[in-house]
Amino acid sequence: MSIIEVNGLRKVYGGRPAVDGVTFAVEEGEIFGILGSNGAGKTTTVECLEGLRRPDGGAVRVAGLDPRTDRAELTGILGVQLQESELQEKLTVREALELYSAFYPNPADWRELAERLGITGKLTTRFGKLSGGQKQRLFIALALIGRPRIVVLDELTTGLDPRARRDTWTLIEEVRASGVTVVLVTHFMEEAQRLCDRIAVFKQGRVAALDTPTGLILRSAGGTVLSFTPSRPLGEDDLADLPGAATIERRDGRLTVHGTDATVNAVISLLARRQITAERLRVTDATLDDAFLELTEDVEN
Amino acid sequence: MSASTAVLRAESRLFSREPFTLFWIVAFPTILLVILGLIPSFRDPDPSLGGQRVIDLYVPVNVLLAMIMAGIQALPPVLSGYRERGILRRMSTTPVRPASLLAAQIVLHFATAVGSALLVIAVGRIAFGVALPGQVPGYLLALLLAALSALALGAAVTAVTPTVRATTVVGMLVFFPAMFLAGLWVPVQAMPDVLRRVVEYFPFGAASQALDQAAGGAWPDWTHLGVTAAWAIVLIAAAVRWFRWQ
Repeated sequence: MSIIEVNGLRKVYGGRPAVDGVTFAVEEGEIFGILGSNGAGKTTTVECLEGLRRPDGGAVRVAGLDPRTDRAELTGILGVQLQESELQEKLTVREALELYSAFYPNPADWRELAERLGITGKLTTRFGKLSGGQKQRLFIALALIGRPRIVVLDELTTGLDPRARRDTWTLIEEVRASGVTVVLVTHFMEEAQRLCDRIAVFKQGRVAALDTPTGLILRSAGGTVLSFTPSRPLGEDDLADLPGAATIERRDGRLTVHGTDATVNAVISLLARRQITAERLRVTDATLDDAFLELTEDVEN
Repeated sequence: MSASTAVLRAESRLFSREPFTLFWIVAFPTILLVILGLIPSFRDPDPSLGGQRVIDLYVPVNVLLAMIMAGIQALPPVLSGYRERGILRRMSTTPVRPASLLAAQIVLHFATAVGSALLVIAVGRIAFGVALPGQVPGYLLALLLAALSALALGAAVTAVTPTVRATTVVGMLVFFPAMFLAGLWVPVQAMPDVLRRVVEYFPFGAASQALDQAAGGAWPDWTHLGVTAAWAIVLIAAAVRWFRWQ
């Protein structure tokens, strides 16, 4: 059974739908990514999961609970990191951790969390004096402090340096390994590709695609990227009917073709027939970045 | 430790880290009383006040000033800031209701205001020989109602203003009339008859009359207690009705 079920979710702000018929389900124990441009409705959607907003239409169930009416039960099993929130300016890190521990019947050991997130040296520092990255790490600790069954992390690693970001990813993988379901809202493709089991790509308040990271990449038209510098120029006609080619770019005598494995084979036999050498030939898989940009473009057109 | 106790403990630590707030609530009313008491003519019995001295009238006024400082000056920006900075929102995703944060702040401001009132009474007695309240239960009841209406007024100001900036501006607009009504410029008992009759129907004017009567040893007039209580109820209802959590 799915631990989170969202069915036809709709939320309208001032006559304009911010979320318009979003449907997805999150399975227990997976890391589910929500990806999308600014204003695509990602945060509104997770705020409906958290019970912070009342949907205008559709149904949301989190562990079988209605986030609006079953608040007491929901808050006990759902850990949350909000995109924009603060703590009391003069509260120290230690006091914040102790305070939030007291909110839950069976909290995690905050010392261990602080250690894992590298904020042990900041325990006596007031919230207002923390750097952006330190605040972010404290918020991640607070999201995990109640031993939640589900955590919703909105922009998990925004403001973190590359090392802290990788440490946080490892932490999230460990959290998942302990059976916790993770919903991750992110802008950051590398993060989504590395962490997520499945990703919903949001576009203008709708789910444009929902698949595994690999599935999203393969599904996009230019899933395989071939690039080389031909020893002699190739004519436009030769390239015109390559099977499966999505885009062909020429730059400084170098050709880059986005296509499929069939495109690659066709190019290789074409070169053989013309006795052209392909210098610095590279065949790579497209990244999630490419897939994301393509998916986003489609809807805009 | 229960969650509400933890919230109260954390908030009292935070409160103790606000020296300026503490100065205005705790120290300022007493300092003002001392300054007034240093004026020699204020320590002489005044026949036009029925033989009372001006300083006698200013003890209840400064008691009310402590309530006004806590309720209208100090409390609203704190509550508004907690809302504006998403602290209430963050807390509403935990099993603890954000209302407990507001309640903790209200309790702390109340306790501090009462402490400040006791300090005013004590300094008035020790430094200027102002008699202690003659009708203690009546005095405490009037004090409690005055504190309630001040805190409720502050909460209502927070409720109707969307940002900290707006809260501070509206708070100031309410603050000066409140001090006037409490009798800071002219004690209510020394006001011209017509003005006093009007002021008696406003929150701190009625409380001022009630405190003055209880200080003199009589049970305060039920009209004054009733007016103060009615304002507190109306303002609490308004605050609850219009408060926005985000």
